[in-house]
This record gives sequence, structure tokens and C-alpha cells, in this order.
Amino acid sequence: MEAVLAATSIGKRFPGVVALSDVDLTLRAGEVHALVGENGAGKSTLIKVLTGVYTPDDGTLEYLGERKRFARPLDAQAAGISTVYQEVNLVPLQSVASNVFLGREPRNRFGLLDFRAMNAQATQLLDSYGIRVDVTRPLRTLGMGVQQMVAVARAAATEARVVILDEPTSSLEPREVDTLFAIIERLRADGVAVLYVSHRLDELYRICDRVTVLRDGRLVHSGAMADLPRLKLVAMMLGRDLEEVQREGATKFEGEHAAGQAPVLAASGLSAKHRLDDVDVTVRPGEIVGLGGLLGAGRSETVMAIAGALPLDSGEVNVDGKRLRTGSVAAAMRAGVVMLPEDRKADGILPDLSVRENIALAALPRLSAAGLVSRRRQDSIVDTFMKRLRIKAASPDQRVGELSGGNQQKVLLARLLCMQPKVLLLDEPTRGIDVGAKAEVQALIDELAKDGLGVVLISSEFDEVVEGSDAIVVLREGKVVTRLEGDNVNEAALLAALAEDSRDD
Amino acid sequence: MTEVVAAPRANAGTRAWLRDNGVYAAIVVLVAYNLIFTENFATMANLSTQLVQVAPVLIVALGMALVIGTEGVDLSVGSVMAIAAAILPLYLGYGVLPAVLLALVAGGLCGALNGTLVAVVGIQPIVATLALLVGGRGLALVFADGQMTVIQNDSLLGLGTGELLGLPVIVWLAAALAALVWLLVRYTTFGRQLVAIGGNRSASALAGLPVRRVLMTTYVISGVLAAVAGIVATARLTASDPSAIGNLYELSAITAVVVGGTPLSGGRVRILGTVAGAVLMQMITATLIKHNLPDSTAQMVQAAIIVLAVYLQRSRAGGGQ
Repeated sequence: MEAVLAATSIGKRFPGVVALSDVDLTLRAGEVHALVGENGAGKSTLIKVLTGVYTPDDGTLEYLGERKRFARPLDAQAAGISTVYQEVNLVPLQSVASNVFLGREPRNRFGLLDFRAMNAQATQLLDSYGIRVDVTRPLRTLGMGVQQMVAVARAAATEARVVILDEPTSSLEPREVDTLFAIIERLRADGVAVLYVSHRLDELYRICDRVTVLRDGRLVHSGAMADLPRLKLVAMMLGRDLEEVQREGATKFEGEHAAGQAPVLAASGLSAKHRLDDVDVTVRPGEIVGLGGLLGAGRSETVMAIAGALPLDSGEVNVDGKRLRTGSVAAAMRAGVVMLPEDRKADGILPDLSVRENIALAALPRLSAAGLVSRRRQDSIVDTFMKRLRIKAASPDQRVGELSGGNQQKVLLARLLCMQPKVLLLDEPTRGIDVGAKAEVQALIDELAKDGLGVVLISSEFDEVVEGSDAIVVLREGKVVTRLEGDNVNEAALLAALAEDSRDD
Repeated sequence: MTEVVAAPRANAGTRAWLRDNGVYAAIVVLVAYNLIFTENFATMANLSTQLVQVAPVLIVALGMALVIGTEGVDLSVGSVMAIAAAILPLYLGYGVLPAVLLALVAGGLCGALNGTLVAVVGIQPIVATLALLVGGRGLALVFADGQMTVIQNDSLLGLGTGELLGLPVIVWLAAALAALVWLLVRYTTFGRQLVAIGGNRSASALAGLPVRRVLMTTYVISGVLAAVAGIVATARLTASDPSAIGNLYELSAITAVVVGGTPLSGGRVRILGTVAGAVLMQMITATLIKHNLPDSTAQMVQAAIIVLAVYLQRSRAGGGQ
């Protein structure tokens, strides 16, 4: 088969980060090509290079046999490279038909928009893909799934040679996934090259012909999908050496902190549409429970649900045997459940405020009398935690935005510890901080668990979860696959659980 | 890398200084200019006049500063002033205190409406408060039966003309309110939470802050302060004129806040700066008029200063990491 799009030795650097280094990707006509990798692997950067959003620093792009350099996304689009992003980027208030023809509307002989032709053609097009909708309705009145499919149909209809689908099924129902796959089959039959980005292994093995695996901005593997065992794929995504893992067997973590005690946290039946499906998590005092799973498995959603930051359709959360009101961060905090959010910048720090303000933020009502903040109590608690967590700042008055990532993270931990929590939910506590700070944060987590806190730990670093956890709850597509305990908390068992084929269930 | 950013830093430092202190510096310059070139500037009478003029704008701007601190805006303040003014003569028959209280309650209710639309329904502040900007003025005219009413209540008129220790009562009132709001921002749980919510709403919500309650309270305070300004303006005018009172005050208030160094992006509230911003704008108008330049010139100068202030704040986004 001929190569439609060939990227060779692509490199892309951002200040302080090498996003891509020496990456090759070849898309052939009539193939569905899987692009996989965990957080920071460089998938989105690669897509943006292919679609003209970024210009690569190194390497060449060859499209239909010619050296190309797309200066703008529009150029790539005009040349026949269509992208459907995770979040639909269409115009929600316009009709379905207008969206399908956005930018290339049929015109009548007066040069005006020909709505009749547009509606008829749109209906016919969508119909041919098995999507039956009233094309005159505004797009946003349709479900997310249908919107997504309209976006794919639109991409297919632009006579594209390459269609890039970024997590297309994340908001689709199983039935809609089938329809989408039928569309992809048609694209394949028409000789279109499809780049399919997803974390759902089942889908990859169902629809993709070849696979390219990225990790930390580098190419790890490229080859036929069917030749790559699931376990091997997962091991490559996570950067583990499979043979080594299997040889070493169990790397058992030291004894459990808390056998036999009543759980401090018992969450059961957590369900939220498209995100969580009947998830149970129990944590005993002094226990660190890791959440295992690939990107998009529902780990962050699980801790957010427990912390009251994600509205639930059903499920309950009990702390020390008392049921708490779900969907309220304040209620969870009162009960002693606090969460360190995954995205430190967006959901954690207040960069323009001082270290003091940041630490005291959640505890302000406790540090106040009659609505007035007690400066003395605030300073004393801030001082205590700055010392205990060894936060390096010029003074408590320094702006948090000026601190290093590690110290920002410690400030956030201090904010949580001010609340005297019983359960600590940690979403990527060591991401993006330097090695020294990382070891300190890890030691601190261990220490807190020894003091009797229940800890839920999410980490995209395999070692951290395996070595740090007393038990691991493994998630996939918002469901609990298994719970590993005791001797089973090891790399081999976790890899096997992650790679398990859900169709065998 | 630190070497590379060193050069623009120096420039950023000047900008940051101008942003934080420019408004005070501008006042100093204008005062110096007026002392030398303007006749009768340094008289008590002139000072009083200027401060009385600025008082209602300042009172409104205090509430506006809080709202802007939450990354919002309250366009309805001028109309709320009119509503308060329209209510006064209706209840003056029961005494000045009940009338004033009712006017304040009306302002609070207007704020509660804005707060509900913003915090509960989730409408963008500019749109939510635009509704009351338009509708509020109409409501005020309905209350007043479309007419101006001359005020004959001596206690109320006393508020407009009375003096205390050589300065008009209105000026004392505005100063006291400014001090109160300053304390509110700096020392209360509410004030700290307000700034945090304006700085990073998502982080504040995840830290368990009562986001809705704080936003609601902020708009209520803004509404009540606008009502105070409406009462003050009525007392000064010695008449309740709902079609004129508070016209374009929302813009004057926003100007004072922005020129005073409070960023429109929220997360920072500068009450002293807001006071200075209001004073500066008044001084510019007064200075130019004293030198026989038309009002339109003053407006253009003010426009230039607003652009400058916003430009200086823009660098803030790039300055932080």
C-alpha cells in the first residue's frame, strides 16, 4: 500500500521540554492506524505537527509523495487532512447541515447560500453513514454522540485523504461506537488513511491495522496491531520491560499497615454517565490504596466523585461509617475527605496570592471568629506546615506562582493537611516536580499513612503505584476490573490486569 | 534561561510600578500642576466641591471593585441608584429612617437578583447585570410615576448639605464606607474568599469554598452601596429624579476601579486604588474645565487613561509564570 502521509524524524521542543524527538509515522492509504501512549507521550504534539498547528523543529513531512510544510491548520485541511478532536469543534447553534458544509457551503447562481441543496445533500450524506437526524436542527440539540458522528461524517465528506480521530469514542454509547466503526470501515474502503487515537485497547484491536506507540516523546514501537500482544502493548506504553517484570515476579511491598481495621473510607456503586460505572473503593486507616488504569480509565473521576467534585448519578460514600452527601466538596471536607487535584495550575494554586493565603485557603472559616480571620492562628498554622513540609519560600508572603513545582505541590498538601483530614485523595502528587521534591513528597505520603490517614493514590508512574500502595484498584473504562491485594500488588499482576481483554468477561 | 528573561524584567518592573502606583503618581502631578497654574485651587471650598462630586461615584465604585475582584462586573448600579431614589419620596411620609432603609433593602434585592443570575443560574455577569441596567431604570420610573419629586424632608436634605468638622457629611460617609470595604477585603473570611474565587474559581471550589454564597453576597453588597449612592445623589439634588440619577454611573465606577489598578481578570481588589481612581478622574475633569476646555476634551483624556491602565494590567499576565 502506498504511503499517504509520512513523517520522518520529527522533533519538537518547547521551552524546557522536548515534546517529540526523532519520531516516525507513516500512514498508508486504506489503513486504520492506532496512535497510543500515556500522558506526555507526545500524541497531541504529533497530531498538531501533522495538521499544521505546530511547525516541527526537526524532521520532514511527506504528503502524497511531496515534501510539505503546513504553515496553518487551514492549509493541511485544504490539502485533505481532516481532524476530529475529542471535544467537537463545530458551531453548536447552527444547523446540522450548516455544520456539515461549514466553510464549503453550496451556493446558488446568485452566489447566495443554497439551503435547499445543503439540507438535501447533508441528509443524504449522513443517511449513507447510518446517521438519521433532522439536519435543520441546531447541532447542540443533538446528543454528544451524534454530534461526534456529524463531525466525523463532515471530515469524511471533505474528500479527505487522511482523517485523524482523537479519542472519538469517549462520549459515545456502545451502539454509537458501532455506527462510528461502520463509518471508519467505509473510510478504509475508500482508501482514506485513518489515524485513530484511543486508550481503549478493545477498540484498538477491533478496528486498527497497525499501531504506533509513543512514550516520553519518543517512538517505542510501530508495527501490525495483530502481531502485538496486549500485555506487550501495555508494557510498552508504560515503559516496562516485560521479560524483566515476569522474571522478577512479585516485588512485594512491606507488610500492610492496617489489616483488620474498619474502613475509614467506603465508596460504593459510584456511577456517572460515560465516566464511572459502579466503582467501589474501600480504604482502611493507614492504608494506601492505589488506583491503576490507563489514561481515561476513570481514576481522576473516581477521586473527584469521592471528594464531591463530580456529580454522581448514583452511589454512596461513607466516611467512618457515616454516609456523606455526594456532590459537595464542602460536605466531603467536613467529613475529613480532601483531594489534591491533578492539574496543579488550573485547579490548585492561586498563583498571585501568597504562600500564606494559599495554605490557609480552605481552613479560613476554622481560623476565623465572627467572620474575621485571626492573623495569629493563621500564621501559626501556616508556620507549622511550612516547617513540617519543608516548603522553601523566601517568606510566607511570597507569591506562590514564583515557587518551584515541588514547593507549589507542598503548599497544596499543606492546604489539605490544615483541614485535619482522615482520607487523603492524591491525584498525581509527584507529577512535574523535581527528583528531590518527589522523594520528599513520597516519604511524606508514607508518613501520613503511618499516622493513620487513609490514602488513595493516583500516579501515571508505574513504580509509584506499585511500590507505594498496599492495594491497587484497577480501573478500565470507568469500571473496576479487579482489586490487587497483598502479594498480588506487583508489576506483573498490574500489567496483566491492565491488558486483560474485556470481551472475555 | 534566567539570563534571557533578565532584560524584559527591568521593563516589566517599571510597568508593575506604574500599574501599582501610577494612579497615585498621577494625582500628585495633577495637584502640583493645579497648585501652580489654577486659581483658587487650594481653597477649602473648591476641595469640598470636588470631593462632594466624587463621593457617589466612589461609593458605587467600592461595590464595583468587589464584583470585579470576582472576575465579574455589575452594570446595573446606575439603575439601582435610580430605584433607590425613586423609593425615597414614596416612604418619606413615615420618616426618613424607614424610607432610607427601604431604599437600601431595594438595592440589596437588586443585588440578590444579580447574584442569583450569576451564581445560581450561571449567566455571565455582563449579561445578567445588563438586564437590570435596562429594566431597573424602567422600574424606577414606574415607582416614581415617571416624574421628578422635589424632596422637602429636612433630615434627608441635611445629608446633602450638612458638614462635619469642615467637610461635607457625604464625604465622611464615602470615606467611612471605603474604610469599611477595605477592612472587609483585608481582614474577613469573606474578603479573602472573594479574592481567591476571583483568582481561580475552580481551585477555590475544589478547596471547598462557598463559591455561590460569596458571589451572591458580593452582588448584594454592590446593590446596597449603589442604593446608598442613589440616596446621597437624591439628597444633593434635593429631588428624586429617576430618569437622571445614576446615568452612566456604571461606567464611571468601572473606570475608577480599573484606573485604580484592580485587574478586570479578578483575583485582586484594590480599594485605596479605587478611591484614588475616582479622585483622579474627577480632578481631570475639574482641571480641564477650570482651564476652559470643553467636557468633551476631558472625556477623551479619561479614555486615554483607561486604555493606559488596562494596558499596564495586561502585562501582569505575562509577568507571572
